[in-house]
Amino acid sequence: MTNAIASPRTSELRWWSHTRLDPRYLIAFLITLVLVVAQLRYHMVGGYERLAVALLTCTAVEALLSWFVRGRVVNLLSAYISGISLTLLIKPQGAVLWPFVLGGFLAIASKYVLQYRNNHLWNPTNFAISALLLTAPNRISVLSHQWGNDLVTNLVIWAFGLVIAARVRVLHITLTYVVSFLVLNGLRSVMLGQPVMPEIAPTTGPMYQLFIFFMITDPRTIVRDRRWQVVVAILVALTETVIRFASDQAWPLPVAFNVAPAFLALAIVGPIAKWIDLHRAPARRAE
Amino acid sequence: MPSRPALRRAIIAVPFFAAIGLAASLDRDVDAASADAARPGFRLTDETAQAGLRFMHRRPALDRRIANVEPHVAAVGAGVAVTDFDADGWPDLYFTNSRFGESNGLYRNRSDGTFEDVTAGSGLADLNRPGEGVSMGSVWGDFDNDGREDVLVYRYGYLSLFRNVDGRRFEDVTQQAGLRRWINSNGAIWLDYDRDGLLDLYVTAYFRDDVDLWNLTTTRIMHNSFEFATNGGRNALFRNLGDGRFEDVTERTGVGSTRWTLAAGAADFNEDGWPDIYLANDYGPEELYLNDGGRRFTLTTAGLESESKSGMSVTIGDAFNRGRLDVFITNISARGYLFQNNNLRLNQLNERQRFTNVADATVADAGWAWGAQFGDLNNDGTSELFVANGFISADRSKSYWYSMSKISGANRNLFEDAASWPAFDDASLSGYERSRVYLNGGLGGWTDVAQAVGVNDLYDGRAVALADLSNRGALDVVVANQNQPALLYRNYPDTSNHWIAFTLTGTRSNRSAIGAEVVVESGDLTQRRVVDGGMGFASQNDRRPHFGLGARDRVDRVVIHWPSGIDQVLRNPIVDQYHVVIEPKR
Repeated sequence: MTNAIASPRTSELRWWSHTRLDPRYLIAFLITLVLVVAQLRYHMVGGYERLAVALLTCTAVEALLSWFVRGRVVNLLSAYISGISLTLLIKPQGAVLWPFVLGGFLAIASKYVLQYRNNHLWNPTNFAISALLLTAPNRISVLSHQWGNDLVTNLVIWAFGLVIAARVRVLHITLTYVVSFLVLNGLRSVMLGQPVMPEIAPTTGPMYQLFIFFMITDPRTIVRDRRWQVVVAILVALTETVIRFASDQAWPLPVAFNVAPAFLALAIVGPIAKWIDLHRAPARRAE
Repeated sequence: MPSRPALRRAIIAVPFFAAIGLAASLDRDVDAASADAARPGFRLTDETAQAGLRFMHRRPALDRRIANVEPHVAAVGAGVAVTDFDADGWPDLYFTNSRFGESNGLYRNRSDGTFEDVTAGSGLADLNRPGEGVSMGSVWGDFDNDGREDVLVYRYGYLSLFRNVDGRRFEDVTQQAGLRRWINSNGAIWLDYDRDGLLDLYVTAYFRDDVDLWNLTTTRIMHNSFEFATNGGRNALFRNLGDGRFEDVTERTGVGSTRWTLAAGAADFNEDGWPDIYLANDYGPEELYLNDGGRRFTLTTAGLESESKSGMSVTIGDAFNRGRLDVFITNISARGYLFQNNNLRLNQLNERQRFTNVADATVADAGWAWGAQFGDLNNDGTSELFVANGFISADRSKSYWYSMSKISGANRNLFEDAASWPAFDDASLSGYERSRVYLNGGLGGWTDVAQAVGVNDLYDGRAVALADLSNRGALDVVVANQNQPALLYRNYPDTSNHWIAFTLTGTRSNRSAIGAEVVVESGDLTQRRVVDGGMGFASQNDRRPHFGLGARDRVDRVVIHWPSGIDQVLRNPIVDQYHVVIEPKR
């Protein structure tokens, strides 16, 4: 999900140089750890061939496209993270593997195709999953495992996530989104006369944890200014609340909006915010 | 003029957008396309009314403290079992009902294609009463080896065992049998686990045994995980002592799973001569208990632990004519929301100590699937699969799936309390789904031919039972639908194919021959069937093993593996007829 390594020379990533250990490796290590623990304890991968296909696709496409566009093969860590993310989040019909091939390709290729001023606009995993959910809802869904609905597991993931977010200095985004989600959806439930707890329950699910700790905080696709990062996080939560309200009212939305409102909200708000941010940036940032 | 990288990015855009288009293309409904292409070789015609079957299932009304989730909790109970209770050689039917005051239904086969409702006066009608619970299903077997089929009715409530008195009337012997036990059960099977010639009883449990759904003391009655729940009722194994009494041997034999079991099946999966027990668990992985010489069972992983789902039904059959007993387990798929996928478990216990899931996308996604059965519906020599579907059909414009997606991702402390769940009101949840009829293409995969063969109903199917109701070599399909009328699909297979079937009677083994395995060899064809002591979901099939032979008009050899351990060989039995086989006394 977090794909912060495609262009390490980009200025907004310079804060990495202040730390001893490149956070990208920490992110990769921790998401790998999450995958391993989740598989060993909850068998959530659904087949190691899925992991192999997703990883192979992402890394191969990244190597090929970076060589094709830039004349050199970039560090493949970002592709590795995308591959694991897709393995965790995509749940296909039956034992088909093509969603992992297409998802991997779309995730990586989106970084090269959907650009503005030499920056990609969507978090790659977010784009791939949103695209697949919108175009192939009869064949693909998202993470249905709950990791046992277990409080201890939740705490572990939260602990990992908070460490990562703090280390990568995006903790304010995570916390802003979570608080906004709780407030807005609490208000929504009161307004609709529904119990509050089920409305805020998704935050304890693993899909949301991956979303709030890895996807919405992707340093490569967030806006630069810290205040605007907070505003964008609020806007994502607000958009998601609107989508959920629409689902409450049974508006005829594509099923993707019902099943993954957070992903769709980020897919809508994120690139718009990024585009505006890049548009307002000094010309030197343009290609 | 665009820069070189920009130009190359434009080139990449071509396969990028093509990939999006490809995803949309692959999303097309393959079921619709394949239905027209198939030539199934049989028709299934709804002849419920002509047959005189007018059974309507009613769901229970529960404690108002859980009214918000009542459609969900009360969404089971439509069961059907095939039995020849009057021993006239014609399969009869018994349906269960689930509302206080509503009668179960016993239908006698008149042998002319119609049925007579003989429930009244049979002693099997009034089983849904306050304080006793409501019926969830039944399982038939001659537990006292007197030549008459007895029945256990399992309920959300007390078990009830009835002895067949004279082929017309049944006597409640639960108390004497030591089976007066409150178990919130959705399934039970007969098996002779210790091979002493007496049918033993395995009863599955769903809600905890201290939960009375009409008089709740707490609303914390739900599962503690959507995938690894262990707080269900405790399954129980009762050993038949031979004097009309049963002994609870659950602890001693190690089969007391608390994983919210919805269905069980028994067969000798590892071919060691002892029947094993296979469980389909809701909110958890399947379980296989291997029989250790009739003394106890060993829970083995066998590759089942890697996929935690919502098992609904255990269907045992020789899926690919390997002479092995495979297992089909139904699960939940709701397009866009959830793909748990049905499992078709290829039995590789002897080679790899495991089952291997080989369900392709077609057979994996049947919707919210419940009961299923293997059966050679077109008599071509391979087994088809009939799968009933649909959970709650209410207001078509309202779906609970969105609410379910919220609650299922929550912490256990929230959803374990039924009061925390969003109200169902009149929302549907995977409602109005059609049944699937999968044509077996062997290595070519499975094809859904339901609509092509005439299965178009959108009822909330639960139990499915296959039976040759007219003794003509064709497996008919009976479906018990939840809160809806039962259906009889009469099967009309192409007449060019041959078949053979067997009526087995045990002597050293239990008289019902439950657990006997029959292997038919005809040229290049080898098939295995097990005599059904309860299989699928809340159902029991015709216990007479039926084999389609295709164009083969000769059977080389039939081997019957009796539960007693005796192997009986029949050479060149005549095809296109039933063979009555008595177990040799050695």
